[in-house]
Amino acid sequence: MTSDFWSTLYVFMLASFIGLGVIRRVSRLLHTPLMSLTNAISAIAVVGAILVTGGDYPLRIRLLGAVALFASMTNIVSGFLITDRMLRMFKTDEKPKPAASGAERS
Amino acid sequence: MMFAINQLGYLVASALFIFALHWMNTPATARKGVYAGVAATAIAVLVTWAEPGVGHHLWIVGAIAAGFVVGVPLSRVPLTAVPQRTALSHAFGGAAAGLVGTAEFYLRRMEGPEALTPFRMVALIAEIILGYLTLTGSLMAAGKLQEVKWVPQRPVTYPGQNVINLGLLALAVGIAAGITIHPEAAWAPYAFPAIIALALVFGVLLIIPIGGADMPTVIAILNSYAGLSAVAMGFVLDSKLLITAGALDGSSGLILAIIMCKAMNRSFTNVLFGAFGQVQQAKAGGEEKVYKSETIEGAAQVLEQANYVVIIPGYGMAVAQAQHKVRELYDQLKKRGITVKFAIHPVAGRMPGHMNVLLAEADIPYTDLVEMDEINPDMPQVDVALVVGANDVVNPAARTDKSSPIFGMPIIDADKARSVFAIKRSKNPGFAGIDNELYFSDRTWMLFGDAKNVIGELVKELAGGSGMH
Repeated sequence: MTSDFWSTLYVFMLASFIGLGVIRRVSRLLHTPLMSLTNAISAIAVVGAILVTGGDYPLRIRLLGAVALFASMTNIVSGFLITDRMLRMFKTDEKPKPAASGAERS
Repeated sequence: MMFAINQLGYLVASALFIFALHWMNTPATARKGVYAGVAATAIAVLVTWAEPGVGHHLWIVGAIAAGFVVGVPLSRVPLTAVPQRTALSHAFGGAAAGLVGTAEFYLRRMEGPEALTPFRMVALIAEIILGYLTLTGSLMAAGKLQEVKWVPQRPVTYPGQNVINLGLLALAVGIAAGITIHPEAAWAPYAFPAIIALALVFGVLLIIPIGGADMPTVIAILNSYAGLSAVAMGFVLDSKLLITAGALDGSSGLILAIIMCKAMNRSFTNVLFGAFGQVQQAKAGGEEKVYKSETIEGAAQVLEQANYVVIIPGYGMAVAQAQHKVRELYDQLKKRGITVKFAIHPVAGRMPGHMNVLLAEADIPYTDLVEMDEINPDMPQVDVALVVGANDVVNPAARTDKSSPIFGMPIIDADKARSVFAIKRSKNPGFAGIDNELYFSDRTWMLFGDAKNVIGELVKELAGGSGMH
């Protein structure tokens, strides 16, 4: 038990440093999609919700789990979908700049 | 054997989450990041679902289906509503952590008090306090952003506010300490809901003194809390996957909050406990200054003569839904060979990166969206700076006026451009309630009206004019 406690703290410490390093390099353009993506990622709480909902526990406990499962699943689905929707909008300048004088109207 | 497969699944999922965030470093690879995230989540869900102790499959299927039913429409909101949606999803995340934590407490206690080791209790308490305060705090933030009637828009402050808030939190921690020391006590199951109630109230009280202009920071902080509550859940369940994913989310929120704070020259504590909205009364009054306004025709002519135009968007552009008209203006100017760039202030809008997403939606290439620090050296060479619904982020008082509440905040140097056009809905001061000297500068001309209409008129004028060539 005690060794587990220490190893989980180590994981937390190391993962935080990885997070800081990786996130610092995320393009500023993408901060809004980044937030919806991390939202979906932190909905990994779904794991705990499944364990509580599916366990052989009293009804009221499983109800709590089911609501939590619903909430996490909502975040997973809407988080990934909206992140992808936003990212699809980021485009480079498709057309060469000087020749842009065509009837470019949508 | 089963155990090893499960652990391997979680290990792969953790690695994929790190890749997901790594690929966000450029728009070119960002979508790969989403797929990695989806794969990781799918693996984690399936592996957990397959664990021996998990039954009641109908319940699980039902809850997952309900999640899809609500989640899909939530992903299709208009992009101007993305800040609200984000706040709402933090609330969902907080709720999930809080509910699982509550269930875990009663379960472990039934197993016997020895299951509630002090370490596990501390993690549990952190999980539920963070979870429930994120729930109500994010709901309040979402309400403010959505401008729901019963949520006060203006910061609500009263004497002793911080003392009361921190007192509530201290009370919750006190009760928590009691339960941690005596988890077996008969009163423990009854004291536990009191912590939940205090956390819920604390979340509300934490957000009501915060104004709209501070929302980017607040959303980032709530993002971080939602992540940390997942970390705490990971400690309770002894799941390294949860700890890793939660830590990634927590550090992301933290970094975004720090960027937002720097961009406003404010500290964390100042945002959370400073109640920005109060300052305005002190600044009101003073002599009437005169604006110069310009007609659409005049502005269109000046724009046509320019070589380099910088458009500075702010929250007003989002409110007026003007981004598509802005795109038409961009096209008109580009057609004439004019260089057009967008100057993006980190706190423009209501969440980090808000302006970038709106402009990308309007099909403006992201290569023309330029950060504040990169555009500022260019500003003296800019012929026209067009301010669309931005205010405080171009207020020169931030550089010059020591008495101004925004003094020291980095701004986009619109005032250094050769000429400035500012589109403004009314003659009232901006969100922070501060007069903007930029509007009274001799190089500034005002275009009064709704941003969408004004830009629409400009586009019409330019389109008509080009027909005569």
